[in-house]
Amino acid sequence: MPVTNTSLQVLTPKDFASDQDVRWCPGCGDYAILNAVRKACAKIGTAKHNTVFISGIGCSSRFPYYMDTYGFHTIHGRAPAIATGLKVANPDLDVWVVTGDGDGLSIGGNHLVHLLRRNVRLKVMLFNNRIYGLTKGQYSPTSEEGKKTKSSPAGSIDMPLRPISVALASEASFVARALDVDKRLPDVLEAAAHHKGTAFVEIYQDCNVFNHKAFEYATDKDSREDNTIWLEHGKPMIFGKNRDKGIRLHGHKPEVVELGKGITEDDLLFHDVHDEAHGFMLSRMRYPKFPEPMGVFYQIDDECYEDMVVAQVQAAIKQRGAGDLAALFNEGDTYEIK
Amino acid sequence: MIASRKQVERIPSATVRFAGDSGDGMQLAGMRFTDASAIFGNDVATLPDFPAEIRAPIGTVAGVSGFQINFASSDIRTPGDQVDALIAMNPAAFRANIADVRSGGIVIVNETEFDKINLRKAGYQEGYNPIHDEVLTARYRIVPVPMTRLNEEVLKDTGMGAKDIGRSRNMYALGLIYWLFDREMQPTIDFLNDFFGKKKKLPQVAEANIKVLQAGWNFGETAELFVHRYQVARADDIPPGKYRRITGNEATAIGLVTASKLCGKDVVYCSYPITPASDVLHYLAAMKQYGVKTVQAEDEIAAACAAIGASFAGQLGITGTSGPGLCLKSEAINLAIMTELPMVIVNVQRGGPSTGLPTKTEQSDLLQALFGRNGDSPLVVLAPQSPSDCFDMAIEAVKIAVTHMVPVILLSDGYIANGAEPWRIPDPRKLETFEIQHPAGHPRGKDDPAFRPYERDERLVRPWAIPGTEGLEHRIGGLEKENGSGTVAYGDENHQLMTDLRKRKVELVADDIPPLTTEGPDTGDLLLLGWGGTYGAITTAANNMRAKGHKVSAAHLRYMNPMPKNLGDVLRKFKQVLIPELNTGQLSLLIRAKYLIDAKGLNKVAGKPFLVNEIEQAIGMMLDGQFTAQSATPRQHVVEMNV
Repeated sequence: MPVTNTSLQVLTPKDFASDQDVRWCPGCGDYAILNAVRKACAKIGTAKHNTVFISGIGCSSRFPYYMDTYGFHTIHGRAPAIATGLKVANPDLDVWVVTGDGDGLSIGGNHLVHLLRRNVRLKVMLFNNRIYGLTKGQYSPTSEEGKKTKSSPAGSIDMPLRPISVALASEASFVARALDVDKRLPDVLEAAAHHKGTAFVEIYQDCNVFNHKAFEYATDKDSREDNTIWLEHGKPMIFGKNRDKGIRLHGHKPEVVELGKGITEDDLLFHDVHDEAHGFMLSRMRYPKFPEPMGVFYQIDDECYEDMVVAQVQAAIKQRGAGDLAALFNEGDTYEIK
Repeated sequence: MIASRKQVERIPSATVRFAGDSGDGMQLAGMRFTDASAIFGNDVATLPDFPAEIRAPIGTVAGVSGFQINFASSDIRTPGDQVDALIAMNPAAFRANIADVRSGGIVIVNETEFDKINLRKAGYQEGYNPIHDEVLTARYRIVPVPMTRLNEEVLKDTGMGAKDIGRSRNMYALGLIYWLFDREMQPTIDFLNDFFGKKKKLPQVAEANIKVLQAGWNFGETAELFVHRYQVARADDIPPGKYRRITGNEATAIGLVTASKLCGKDVVYCSYPITPASDVLHYLAAMKQYGVKTVQAEDEIAAACAAIGASFAGQLGITGTSGPGLCLKSEAINLAIMTELPMVIVNVQRGGPSTGLPTKTEQSDLLQALFGRNGDSPLVVLAPQSPSDCFDMAIEAVKIAVTHMVPVILLSDGYIANGAEPWRIPDPRKLETFEIQHPAGHPRGKDDPAFRPYERDERLVRPWAIPGTEGLEHRIGGLEKENGSGTVAYGDENHQLMTDLRKRKVELVADDIPPLTTEGPDTGDLLLLGWGGTYGAITTAANNMRAKGHKVSAAHLRYMNPMPKNLGDVLRKFKQVLIPELNTGQLSLLIRAKYLIDAKGLNKVAGKPFLVNEIEQAIGMMLDGQFTAQSATPRQHVVEMNV
């Protein structure tokens, strides 16, 4: 598959930088993500000429200009649809979709849902900053209730969407979450790149101009270990600066417990990356009541859309023979006029 | 064929209309009659007409489905103005169609269904039955045949259920019509055996249908209801060769696949179901052995976008839709214009605005196709003129798109999309191939200059560099680009340049399109200028008027943008110009603005194609100097606005 480098030369993260100046606001979380992606690409041995970054509209969607690969900065919300067509036409390409909370969940929500259920083999990075940045600060589909912005001076009355829940409900086969400044982001992206199917990665991203510190609870050095939990398949769900807290099931519901005092690791919930109900439950865990899970929520193997499109074409050729024009023209009832 | 003892009258052409409930199988009966006539050697043209509802309430006028066919011993181009023989399977069908039957025409009614309940459902007054109306029986030759009952008689011992038995009524009507017009039944019998017997594995249904078909034929022969039978001789002006019946949507699908073979690409057809364009998707989805890939997208926007993605990948990205879908695709089409990627958009027009009249024809998307996007966004617009012309124009659309790196809208319409005519099967070896040159890859070192995706050739066409090619990595998008390098650029001079280049690039397509020709002398008193699906009616009207000694010619546009370079010269050689269109004057607006001539419009939006007679009337008024603003709508369709 496309994660092999044909030209044998070993590429470094720098090799993936295009000749364009990066023009995000200074201090934007996008810079960290860009570096992480370049790092991940170098590590997995991506071939530049075989790679396509496709984006919609929004701050995050400028991403393709900064990668020295093929790139398509498309229209608002439609990157998943364009990527689908691209993969159907050439399944061998290594495709990344770059989108945001507005692009992917508002104007392009429909396309994201259908991309995920089709399981086209590509990576989706949804930069979630819980705000509309490019249009200068309106509330987004992931903004918290009551959020005061220019377009919601009395507070947002829209119930926010949780991207991971949306992805799981859309039959996604790989669902993960990471933080822009987290050193483990390239690892999550690497896991996404190796997934056979649509790999959906929500990335918490700080918009330091219009929604600064929206994820401070998850990034602050002193509190992040208490407010997030790293998911590892088959491992008990332990978190906290002192790794003294865990998640336990109480009936069907998760609860935070302290280890010790009669509670051992064995009493905790173990992360099962193949269990979708479990994954969905994790997607509902929100700060401050819970630590927010990071890493891979859910992953299963399933057939990819573009492979099935090709398989149907091949099956038809096998069954009916490769059609030529003479066969095409003479299908159905024909008659001779003399 | 069974010899008949009835007298046979030879006639040059006939128009037959099958009408019944939308579940009565009228489309199937009509199609079979069309095939039988085409195989016999007639020229044929058809007009299916069905309601937007899949099954409107049974017996109501809203649920009436019709299929009209004109078959002739000479070249014909329309499904006929007036109906010579109507088959009305119930009172609603009678009521909805009787006005289109010519005086003295035959009206065969399924008498069994003309009962109290059905008469009421059709909206007739209590106690009134139109088939006994003295005025109507004097005007038409009404022939009541208790088809429902006779059909039941035929099948009563087959052990079939009442519901299944009822389904073959259409074959009774068809058999009777075959007898009346002296048609071979064998092709239909073969079809029934093949379709029901082999494909659906229901040999008993095939058998029942054939039995009923023959019973219908026998009824015509034995019952003393018809004085004459009619014979339309085979057309001797049809060029010899192998033919098949083809609808516009079928021809479009076949044309797109043909184009893909001629340029060595795969069709990637992305579409969202919409009437009347869905059949193109159906046909293509069944053509996978030709390398066709189809994507049924989640919506119209996604369909257009997926097509663009396929084009970016280097295959033939094609999308199909009808008017409301074209609205939704406009932003995506603009992306293809901005990124200068090839793309074909098949738009099968229907009555609008909004949801409008989904199953009825109209030509009112011309201006939308040309201008319905933000910014100055030129693209190529083509319009096939008949069902079989969809084949040629689909090839043309692909060819222009890939050789000029530009989106092309193919403006079909409901009339030619669903209408059928004989198609002379071309010799594949005689079709011209067209080559596509993708720039070749090469290793690129750190200091080598970046690939320039907007470097143009002498026709202003940019290179189609496709992902997967080493050394040609580049980024495109909807933001304005610097000419040459393709980097994002907001400069004023560059935007002026790029806007002009996009416009000029489309204008240069005119170098590759044939000049406009006139049917009839290239000079005279009146030129009829038409476009798209009105070709048959317009040229027939012009030919009829010329036969009467008038200096009337017709020219038909298939290239709407850019238009043929000689169009201005063609127009100026006539004293007057009349532009008949199924809209309120869209081509007229363009022609008047572009060529500053006082062209008049003949405009109708009644969900139906033009009648030849409507156009002849307008021609008469033009020639007599009597054409006024009121004449712009055919007399039958003038509706008073009481405001």
